[in-house]
Amino acid sequence: MLDSIVFYFFAGVAVLSALLMVTRRNAIHSAVFLITTLLSTAGIFLQLHAEFLFIAQIILYVGGIMVLFIFVIMLVRLDVPLPQIRSPLRQWTAIFVAFVVFGEGVYIVWKSRLVPGHGLLVLNPYPSDKLPPNTENLAKSLFSFYLLPFEIASVLLLVAMIGAVVMGKKRANTP
Amino acid sequence: MLQGVLAFVQTWWVELLCAVLIVLVVPLIAGYIVLVERKVMADMQARLGPMRVGPHGLLQPIADAVKLLIKEDLIPDDADKFIFWFAPVLSMTAALTSMGGIAFGPWFQVGRDINIGLLFVVGVSALGPFGIVLGGWASNNHYSIIGAIRSTAQLISYETTAGFALVSGFLLAGTLKVSDIVKAQYTDHVWYVFLAPVGFFTYLIASIAETNRAPFDLPEAESELVAGYMTEYSGFRWSLYFLAEYANMIVVGAVGATLFLGGWLRPFPNVAWLGWVDGLPTLLLAVTGVYCVMRAGKQPVHVQVMFMWAVALVCFLVALIFGVVEFAHLTSSAAFLSQHPVQLLRSMYDGLYGAFWFLLKVSAYIYIFMWLRFTLPRFRFDQLMRLGWHILIPLALVNVIAVGIMLALMSSLGWNRWLAALLTTLGTLVVGMLLIRWNDKHAAAASGSIATDNTQVEDSYAG
Repeated sequence: MLDSIVFYFFAGVAVLSALLMVTRRNAIHSAVFLITTLLSTAGIFLQLHAEFLFIAQIILYVGGIMVLFIFVIMLVRLDVPLPQIRSPLRQWTAIFVAFVVFGEGVYIVWKSRLVPGHGLLVLNPYPSDKLPPNTENLAKSLFSFYLLPFEIASVLLLVAMIGAVVMGKKRANTP
Repeated sequence: MLQGVLAFVQTWWVELLCAVLIVLVVPLIAGYIVLVERKVMADMQARLGPMRVGPHGLLQPIADAVKLLIKEDLIPDDADKFIFWFAPVLSMTAALTSMGGIAFGPWFQVGRDINIGLLFVVGVSALGPFGIVLGGWASNNHYSIIGAIRSTAQLISYETTAGFALVSGFLLAGTLKVSDIVKAQYTDHVWYVFLAPVGFFTYLIASIAETNRAPFDLPEAESELVAGYMTEYSGFRWSLYFLAEYANMIVVGAVGATLFLGGWLRPFPNVAWLGWVDGLPTLLLAVTGVYCVMRAGKQPVHVQVMFMWAVALVCFLVALIFGVVEFAHLTSSAAFLSQHPVQLLRSMYDGLYGAFWFLLKVSAYIYIFMWLRFTLPRFRFDQLMRLGWHILIPLALVNVIAVGIMLALMSSLGWNRWLAALLTTLGTLVVGMLLIRWNDKHAAAASGSIATDNTQVEDSYAG
């Protein structure tokens, strides 16, 4: 009972604030609603006993990325509407992408209903009060079975970081 | 529905009680930290500080709070009303929520069994800056927004350092759970500040910067920015920001004390002949009570006399509980000690005793904050950034690697712990210094272009 109340609360807040984020004109308001969306997603992670994901979501997305977002929004004047966003080609592309994503979502839900209990949802074999410590388990699987993808991802991030530094330097050297 | 609520309360009443206690007591404690700060400042400047309200100004925080609450609440016309209202609440909520993960002694903890432990505290308290940034933006005022931008830049820079410093502590403890970290320091027979001193000091500096305290208080630099992000705030909202700042000081102090200073353990918890230290809290409380009784007669007003007596009574009562339990523990038989009410009293004693040492450590940590505030002048913004990015982050990174090497030396090669700690600390310092020197040379070589850059950067921050 309590579990489903918590879930529907967080899910409702997430959907509502995602809608508000898209419809606000003011960029800072959008950012605030994006923060609420991310926080309620973190709440759903917590309700699923995925504590590490919960705190990773808060530290990385809310505490790190959103602070940067707001920093950039405050430095750049975004309250002036940009004309090129309004071009019809972009609008049609946006509508197309939205439909594709929506179709994917419908397909996944439909597919997982076909096989009850064996769909895309992974059922947890442990009772909810005897879950194994998920921080340790995550680390173990990340550094043993998924080591190669993990390293590839970190190399990718390193390349992106170096690229950003190089681009920043180039602009500073040419006055 | 009602039954569900009742069952919920029955299962979680200890945690609920702790949470309510935190919300009620932390503002009071924050007020008294302000009083202590003013007293310390006065002492360092050879003054007396607040003396009028209550004996030695002891009731000053309450007078201040009442004054703030009945002040007019101003919202500027051009402010973004919703965010202006919302931002201080966000700061305060983050600070109080993050206290849920801290263990004030072995029993007093809201989130007792969180697997992520200290990460929860650090992560949630990292939401506090949103209150500062959004408040500064919503005020629609140049001073406010410059303060907000400064604070964001500062936080992004110093959070990295604090994170790396914490990682070095986590590596030593081998767990994130608060109670297990303290237990690990008990079984290892050492506080981690002695094994990873570089980690502790980088965390100390980064935590001062994160709480926007002097000498890193650029977001609210009075001489340049009036009051920074809280220029437009007054009355209750202003006091929320203020409370959040002091609550954050308690949070970073608690994290530092848990990870590096042994949490609620007394100094040298494994040395048997230092057992008399256990009696120290009792003695301290009794002496405070006697002092209060002695001073009570000299107070000018009746209310102040009553106040002194009340303080003395509380001190004597807690000292009595402590003393009885210690006496019983020393003299009584095991059969008497295993009775249920005695055990209950014993666990209460354990909780209070642990809380005493923990709060003592946190207070010492906060005292260092005050000491630095009244000793050092404020940094310039480019100096602040240089310290963060060129010195602290490389040092903290090298330290994480060094702690890893130390653990490897101890576990696989069987080295002595102190030798390994000494070598890796020296290694960290040497490598850090080499990095800094290399950096300086690099900066000097490219000084031509950087000089022009610097002026540009300063211009953009100035207006």
